[in-house]
Amino acid sequence: MNIVVCVKYVPDAQSDRTFNESDNTTDRVGVDGLLSELDEYAVEEALKLVEAGEGEVTVVTIGPDEAADALKKALQMGADKAVHVKDDAIHGSDAIATSLVLAEAVKKAAGGTPELVLTGMASTDGTMSVVPAMLAERLGLPQVTFASELTVDGQQVTIRRDGDAASETIVATLPALVSVTDQINEPRYPSFKGIMAAKKKPVEEWSLADLGVDASQVGLDAAWTKVESFTKRPPREQGQIVTDEGDGGTKLAEFLTAQKFV
Amino acid sequence: MSEVLVLVDHANGTVRKTTAELLTIARRLGEPSAVFVGDGFDAAKETLAKFGAEKVYRVESADVTDYLVAPQAEVLAQLVADKSPAAVLIPSNSAGKEIAARLAVKTDSGLITDAVDVQAGEGGGVSTTQSVFAGSYTVKASVTKGTPIVTVKPNSAAPEEAAGAAADEVVDVTISDAAKGAKITESKAKEASGRPELTEAAIVVSGGRGTGGDFGPVEAFADSLGAAVGASRAAVDAGWYPHTSQVGQTGKQVSPQLYVAAGISGAIQHRAGMQTSKTIIAVNKDEEAPIFELVDFGVVGDLFQVLPQATEAVKAAKG
Repeated sequence: MNIVVCVKYVPDAQSDRTFNESDNTTDRVGVDGLLSELDEYAVEEALKLVEAGEGEVTVVTIGPDEAADALKKALQMGADKAVHVKDDAIHGSDAIATSLVLAEAVKKAAGGTPELVLTGMASTDGTMSVVPAMLAERLGLPQVTFASELTVDGQQVTIRRDGDAASETIVATLPALVSVTDQINEPRYPSFKGIMAAKKKPVEEWSLADLGVDASQVGLDAAWTKVESFTKRPPREQGQIVTDEGDGGTKLAEFLTAQKFV
Repeated sequence: MSEVLVLVDHANGTVRKTTAELLTIARRLGEPSAVFVGDGFDAAKETLAKFGAEKVYRVESADVTDYLVAPQAEVLAQLVADKSPAAVLIPSNSAGKEIAARLAVKTDSGLITDAVDVQAGEGGGVSTTQSVFAGSYTVKASVTKGTPIVTVKPNSAAPEEAAGAAADEVVDVTISDAAKGAKITESKAKEASGRPELTEAAIVVSGGRGTGGDFGPVEAFADSLGAAVGASRAAVDAGWYPHTSQVGQTGKQVSPQLYVAAGISGAIQHRAGMQTSKTIIAVNKDEEAPIFELVDFGVVGDLFQVLPQATEAVKAAKG
């Protein structure tokens, strides 16, 4: 089975993430970036599926030059090849436009409709969790999201999803799009062999023109939503800290009473 | 006045509090029309009327309820085409966001997720507020194309009562075969804890690595306050508490009036899920734990000593 995994290059959550002053977009260049942690689970799951049978894993990303780092990580983990969609016109695209470009890239990478598309449950920067559903809508695929277990048997894909009210079993027929949670597996670290092998793996670079997407459909000006302003939340001021000397619980309760929580 | 569609979040007709919040917000933008999918409308009608729904569009087809989100997106897309609403408000949970995502593509409309406030925009439209980058920034945004579709987080408005007619209209929908691609074949209901829903609770008490796997003191303290119980990723990964209770980047984002972190160090991933809480309290043995940077009140001490003592004091104060 050939699997396409969509991944995102995101600003490291450990660094000081911020916006570009000029156009209110996420700063993806001025801060350290990496493969979104939540996408590693999708890469890992794809590798496991292919290792248990046959086929190849293609990773696709959209992003600036630096986004090649995210692809490199996925190739080092064991993906077979990578596609990097980059085009200056894409800067500032919203989720809708991203899903449009991604849909074309996935189709081109798979040479038609892919059998299985895997994604993470959300990016760690935008955290909207909507691109998988949008991508499924555009590709005309059933979507099975937030999988904490995934099995493929012939043309049938079965997942378990742990919701708030119930644990559900969901079945779909391939081709399908599945997003996976961080509960599904333990992503591997790239081995030395994997790191060396990744250097020889093909990375294709495609522009919007290569995908037949008109530049007027993407980017900041074509976004259907607009960030009007951003404000840094003032740091929380540290309140009162007491050391427990046998009365810490009592003091805690006194604070709650004073604040009218009790 | 234009209609504003509100997708009702309910379990067999028991309407969740978030729906009352969404109806309250909808009244700022126009006339609320609830969209009720599934069984139990008779039970839901009173609540929907109480919070100002003038109309209720009902869909009871099994084609919708047995499948995942795609049919609900088709229902809403059909209503958007027929009624030209001023906006569509959807609860910001995982299903809601996916419905919204498909609806946005179907209707060529801009989508905003995880709004914590929604107001009428100057010169029409909507103006939303979101909390981003683990709560370190507040962003204001607007929708510039199509029908604004906004998913709204719990606790984004205090529900205000306003009598509505809740006149129901059964909507016939034709669901495409494509939308029936993913079917729910089995559903095992979770055992009810009797505690409030984590994302909706006014008070949340969470436990982490410091519990060593014993959530007894955390649960007892939560119960004395009528609070929901949460857990850090470390506690969930260790198998001590279910993933559905995880607070943080890959779990639930909560914003209660009071958040109590017990035995949680406060890594960025955890902070992403709780740092917009109004008041924060931490109990931790390690005085260097980063969680203390955020707190309004902190106790450096052993949670197994501090929490039971606090529980007794709270119970005594409540009489």
